[in-house]
Amino acid sequence: MRAFRYARATDPGAAAALVTSQPDAVYLGGGTNLVDLMKLGVLRPGLVVDVSRLPYDRIEHLPDGGVLIGGAARNRRVAHDEGIRRRYPALARALLSGASGQIRSQATVAGNLLQRTRCPYFQNTATPCNKRDPGSGCSAIPGAHRDLGVIGTSEHCVATHPSDLAVALAAYDAVVEVRRPDGAEVLVPIGDLHRLPGDTPWIETVLEPGDLVTGVQLPPPPDGAVATYRKVRDRWSFAFATVSVAAVLSTDQVRLALGGVAPKPWRLTATERMLAGTDPSDDDVRAATRAAFTDARPLPENAFKIELAADLVAAVLRDLRTAGAVR
Amino acid sequence: MTAGSGLSRLEGHDKVTGAARYAYEYPVEDVLYVWPVGATVASGTVTEVDSTAALADPEVVAVIDHTNAPRLLPAVTADELVLQSPTVAYRGQIVAAVVATTIEAAQEGAEQVLVRYVEHGHKVVLDPEDPDLEQPETTNAGFPGTSIKGDVDAALAAADVVVDTVYTTPAQHNNPMETVAIIARWDGERLLLHDSNQGPWAAATAFGMLWGIPPSQVDVVTEHVGGGFGSKVWPTAGAVVATVAARVTGRPCKLMLTRQQMYTMAPARTATRSRIRLGARSDGTLTAIDHDALQYSSVIHEFVEQTGSATRTMYASDNLRIRHRLARLNLPTPRVMRAPGKTPGMFALESAMDELAYALDLDPLALRLRNEPATEPASGLPFDGRHLVDCLQAGADKFGWASRDPTPGARRRGRWLFGTGLASAMYPVYQQGGKATARAEPDGTFDVWVAAVDIGTGSRTALWQAAVDALGVPPSQVSIHIGHSAYGQAALAGGSAGTASWGGAVRKACLELSRRVAEHGGAVPSDGLEVTADTAEDQLAPDRARHSYGAHFCAVRVDADTGQVRVDRLLGVFAHGHALNARTTHSQLLGGMVMGVSMALCEQTVVDPRLGLFVNHDLAQYHVATNADIRGLEAHSLERADDDVTLVGGKGIGELGIVGSAAAVANAVFHATGVRVRDLPITPERVRAR
Repeated sequence: MRAFRYARATDPGAAAALVTSQPDAVYLGGGTNLVDLMKLGVLRPGLVVDVSRLPYDRIEHLPDGGVLIGGAARNRRVAHDEGIRRRYPALARALLSGASGQIRSQATVAGNLLQRTRCPYFQNTATPCNKRDPGSGCSAIPGAHRDLGVIGTSEHCVATHPSDLAVALAAYDAVVEVRRPDGAEVLVPIGDLHRLPGDTPWIETVLEPGDLVTGVQLPPPPDGAVATYRKVRDRWSFAFATVSVAAVLSTDQVRLALGGVAPKPWRLTATERMLAGTDPSDDDVRAATRAAFTDARPLPENAFKIELAADLVAAVLRDLRTAGAVR
Repeated sequence: MTAGSGLSRLEGHDKVTGAARYAYEYPVEDVLYVWPVGATVASGTVTEVDSTAALADPEVVAVIDHTNAPRLLPAVTADELVLQSPTVAYRGQIVAAVVATTIEAAQEGAEQVLVRYVEHGHKVVLDPEDPDLEQPETTNAGFPGTSIKGDVDAALAAADVVVDTVYTTPAQHNNPMETVAIIARWDGERLLLHDSNQGPWAAATAFGMLWGIPPSQVDVVTEHVGGGFGSKVWPTAGAVVATVAARVTGRPCKLMLTRQQMYTMAPARTATRSRIRLGARSDGTLTAIDHDALQYSSVIHEFVEQTGSATRTMYASDNLRIRHRLARLNLPTPRVMRAPGKTPGMFALESAMDELAYALDLDPLALRLRNEPATEPASGLPFDGRHLVDCLQAGADKFGWASRDPTPGARRRGRWLFGTGLASAMYPVYQQGGKATARAEPDGTFDVWVAAVDIGTGSRTALWQAAVDALGVPPSQVSIHIGHSAYGQAALAGGSAGTASWGGAVRKACLELSRRVAEHGGAVPSDGLEVTADTAEDQLAPDRARHSYGAHFCAVRVDADTGQVRVDRLLGVFAHGHALNARTTHSQLLGGMVMGVSMALCEQTVVDPRLGLFVNHDLAQYHVATNADIRGLEAHSLERADDDVTLVGGKGIGELGIVGSAAAVANAVFHATGVRVRDLPITPERVRAR
């Protein structure tokens, strides 16, 4: 392991100054992903700037029914917040379906959004990977890609974004608060935060050097909405999603976002349009979900994810409609 | 508080408070850290190891490769012969080692070592059409590679019903909590080791062979071990490289493999492919059993998983054929993992029996009862304690099997499909000779020494109970000492034979010491009394078939929307004779059952055919079952006097629980869904492939 410097930021300005002071500096949140990648030699920062103690850990419920969640808020606290459990159940369920209790206690909201793919080749420095080592080639496409993406991918990279939280945030139309190094605050819709790999898979977000995610804003959920998050995985705890879905259903609209299938939380906008205001059968939902995969690039071992997603969306909407409740 | 009772572990408090010292944790002056470098090609020749950049760090003391490593002699496996040649037989094989004054410098040095190769073609996929398959003479544990009774082909041709199916299990890895760990020191021609292994005497012997010195010159201390499952039975390449580093530097060297390194520098279980053909009359009587088993070994060492060995002994048939074939792949030599051979082989056989039951429209329990043999089918030997039927019937009662409707895919509530399945279990009895020493002191205390090891099974406690029982004195007067090669020749923790073998020697020494004390009228002389017993002459004659048996009953629910499987209940009944310690016996059985569920639903080491890589080499990616996967778990023991065949009574229990449990899960999944998954693990997409 390469020697590195550690600095604890006392205010956001100082943090930005530190992290822009050298090209190999990075922000540190809970460290549940960054530190692992440093141990594996995947990331070799020269300076680690700890921003976990900056004053961005608020959970503030607003008069209009929305909520502000600080970037440094720990996932466990967010998941157990009474207002979030009541008003944003898909968000609470998404968080609780991820990782383990210990990791949720350590991990932060901003870190969760900016975590890296769990593609096995990205995490193994002895194999080619365009994301880790630009131009070296993608090992996953001709290799073990069963857990990787089927849509939004490219011939250069099929990595998925592993977050459960981000999928729920996408379904709630969340907006990400970003502090620029000059102190300016900008708002980025969650759907615009992550970039698709194209031919530059090593560029994963729209953030610029020194940008700090300070929080997320959730608008009020639609009136009378019911919502849930359901995750298919290889065991019933402590595994990343094979396919997951966040669904928010109200009388006049349906919002759907998928995890486990794409390099970012994947909103099914086409499906949503087809289903809005209808009383669809399971087969209607499946067909509408498949329609969202028209541009998919499935690989031999992960093509099953598309039909699995169709079944999962159908099941979740059926449950939300019939129960009218969260399950 | 003597033998048989459920006493908690002697070292339990030390373990949970951190006071128990594991191999890597002994303080050593002037110690160096070793970081192995694994090959990044699957087959080839090392042409250069450029250590310039690594050695530029003043904390790096040495970089060792095949050009400057001392010579080793063949011991147990070729994989142990580290840094002896430039040939690369598999990806991850150790091609260099960096030795440094800090672990961080050793790791970074390993990053900086530049290894160049000429690459050769490689083969890493188990393929029944592989033209180079071998037909080995014998398998692991000494079974014949091929055994034939009667005329299987004719019997199959004449059978009323034939099941002809192929079952596969993937490569699987031992993942003990404590990875391979060692501190090695040379004192002249004496090698001193703090080592995590499954038998300090065997370790002393094997390290002695590697270095050309007698075992008496190798001192191995193995006080506590955080799990093995088979991975630490023989010295691993990882452990050997620490002894090499200590030799080269003349200083104590320590090494603990990372989880990722464990996947190539410690052994795994081979992938298997079993073609099973069963022929039966319409009344369910088996007329032919054919098990054609394919497994792999490395290109540098022959290890043949005894995949078909359980089929030798389970069910009566006049016509029986068991064949093993072996592929040679550019992968590390696979070795043993809990119940080698029996675990993958019984998944196949017990799945096929379930398929046959459906083909015959017969209850799977009744099919097994109908084919209970009078003598062991392959050998013709009489049985010593054959209680499979007892286990099946007791399990059926406890589980409520009688009310089962066999129709597949017929029980749905909400999103869940429900199903039940059963499978048989067996494991052979092994016992080895060895030594133990018992000593009486004038103050009324007793000490017992045996070169046993407790890899988490509870053997230390069980052996202490055996000593207390044999001595017939208050427990507080007896101390047990294990985990040191100096205590004399002793068995491995392997083949479920450790505690039985060590316990036999302990019991013999303690009984003899009791007699000696009695000869002195109960008064121990001032210089004490000491007895060393050897059970080499007390072993079981090969004139009987001796196995422990069991039966698994499993209830699963399957998510009809997604194909996810959850085990609602797994109930096992096991006949293993007398238990030295009821509590740790129960834990061993439960642990085996959990590992079987894990195998059924999760475990697989994914191989990248192009890179020759074990892809998912950590516990985030190599999934093992969690509490959430298994909602109900019960193990029951049947104690039958004719099972008390070892010197301490009873039969081994360490591996019994895993055998057959994966088939019980798969059979329950079929009952729930109508989908027969013959390739493990049972993933959602396999359940959905209907």
